[in-house]
Amino acid sequence: MVDIPEHLLIKTAEARAKALGISVEQALAEMKGEVEPTTISKEPEVIDVKPIEVKEAPAPAAEVKEAPAPAAEVKEAPAPAPAAGVKTDVPAEVDFAPETRVTQRLLTVVKAKPIQKPTSEPVDKVNTWPHLMLPEFISLMAMTAFLIFISAILQAPLLEEANPNITPNPAKAPWYFLGLQELLSYWDPQIAGVMIPLIIGVAAFMAIPYIDRNKDNKPSKRKYAIMLWTFFLAGAGTLSLIGILFRGPGWNWTYPWIDGVWFDDLLDWVHFE
Amino acid sequence: MKNEKIKFRDRVKDISAGLGDSLKESSLWGSIFRPGSPFRKGYSDSPRNRSYVVMNNVLYHLHPVKVKRHAVRLSYTLCLGGLSFFTFIVLTITGIWLMFYFRPTEMAYVDIQSLQTSIAFGSLVRNMHRWAAHIMVIVVFLHMSRVFYHGAYKAPREFNWVIGVILLLLTLLLSFTGYLLPWDQLAIWAVTVGGNMASYTPVIGAQVKFALFAGLEATEATLLRFYVLHVLFLPFIIVIFMAIHFWRVRKDGGISGPL
Ligand code: HEM
Repeated sequence: MVDIPEHLLIKTAEARAKALGISVEQALAEMKGEVEPTTISKEPEVIDVKPIEVKEAPAPAAEVKEAPAPAAEVKEAPAPAPAAGVKTDVPAEVDFAPETRVTQRLLTVVKAKPIQKPTSEPVDKVNTWPHLMLPEFISLMAMTAFLIFISAILQAPLLEEANPNITPNPAKAPWYFLGLQELLSYWDPQIAGVMIPLIIGVAAFMAIPYIDRNKDNKPSKRKYAIMLWTFFLAGAGTLSLIGILFRGPGWNWTYPWIDGVWFDDLLDWVHFE
Repeated sequence: MKNEKIKFRDRVKDISAGLGDSLKESSLWGSIFRPGSPFRKGYSDSPRNRSYVVMNNVLYHLHPVKVKRHAVRLSYTLCLGGLSFFTFIVLTITGIWLMFYFRPTEMAYVDIQSLQTSIAFGSLVRNMHRWAAHIMVIVVFLHMSRVFYHGAYKAPREFNWVIGVILLLLTLLLSFTGYLLPWDQLAIWAVTVGGNMASYTPVIGAQVKFALFAGLEATEATLLRFYVLHVLFLPFIIVIFMAIHFWRVRKDGGISGPL
């Protein structure tokens, strides 16, 4: 037998004892398979009784009233049980409506509607294998091939050893920060600060879903949002390109085709000087 | 029989078709591939088995058995989120390999040099690690743009966007801390520029820079600090956030859309 926690067993036994009118110990023993289970001698003959061939659809309570026989039998059921400790007197609570001797009672009326309410429309779905996993695998392979290819032909930059005494001019941040470096070069960092605008910027990004209350995701219904993001991309792209290609010594404006490029991140291998 | 061409489609149905039956019958083989795996003997293509391929697989942690039809169209996600994750995996693998040959001390520069010149595949793996790092920044950013253009951050996915922004920051920090490690002029001065920006924080600017650099300027103490952040701390954090990110994608009802 599976290990059922003792307190659950006892609870169940109590319920069973109450239902059959036997003692808790008896019920427990039965459940553990130590004694023959108490059986109700006969099935309640509700089916046989067939009290009314529902003609005028009487109230359900009436029907129950007219089926007195089975109840009596249930009550007698505990009696034949031989084991010790059997309570022959029926607990008072069970005999809650003696004049009718009901065997069933109305607990609740369930209205004729589905219990489960579908909240969403059924969606058209396909198996992940192979319809998603195969394309994933292919793009992963393509990515690997691309990476190995460029790694074979493009040498990653490695300049002279770090020397704190020789400051390169210009000193540029990694490329993804160059747009930022360019932007920050427009104001005096001592006055306007750097971190505060940055933190506000990041917070603004995080807040986007809470600011944009438009529920639609159709592009035609969110022209404003799409326009804003496109402006952001264009702005960030332009600033980055300026920082990468058009800034030379002293962060002065330079033309890549005249003065050369100061961008060691990628262009170590075609160094203009 | 033997000369019959096996169609690609059929290969997919039994991707281990080329393997000998005796191998596939062995109990070792059977112990490795769980029931439903297309590598198992007698795999046949049926809706039930297609479900098992995912359900009885470690990938069940990432993918549900079924996905919306529009979500598998490459043109919807462009696989950008998946590729962000995959570049991260590539970076982890190449990065661990590089750790065998790299000391975050005054030897750092020499170690990189010898990686490039005297260690088998050293140059290739270093290049892969570096370019993959750049690619990851780009791909994550493109993923973010794709999510924005699809309005995929709208309810119930608002918070996954917030987690996404954190992932973007972590990606940038990983890239930035790695930038210093070759210990060449490019590395030290790019990081110095970054550190100087941090020092313009009002009131606590100097302290911020000091904490970041483990001193007043970029020294070998900074190198060690960035190294530990780069190989241990930040990957640890980003993996946690990725796990939450993927979990949220599924709990929020899979990919958004269709538009
Ligand atoms: C390390 C970086 C990241 C990884 C590995 C990653 C991974 C993923 C993956 C695999 C998906 C599934 C759908 C897809 O491929 O597009 C996804 C969805 C999503 N990601 Fe990311 N992501 C990253 C960064 C970001 C960023 C920076 C944002 C935004 C700020 C973001 C926001 C979202 C949102 C909102 C979704 C749900 C999209 C939808 O339901 O259509 N993620 N992410």
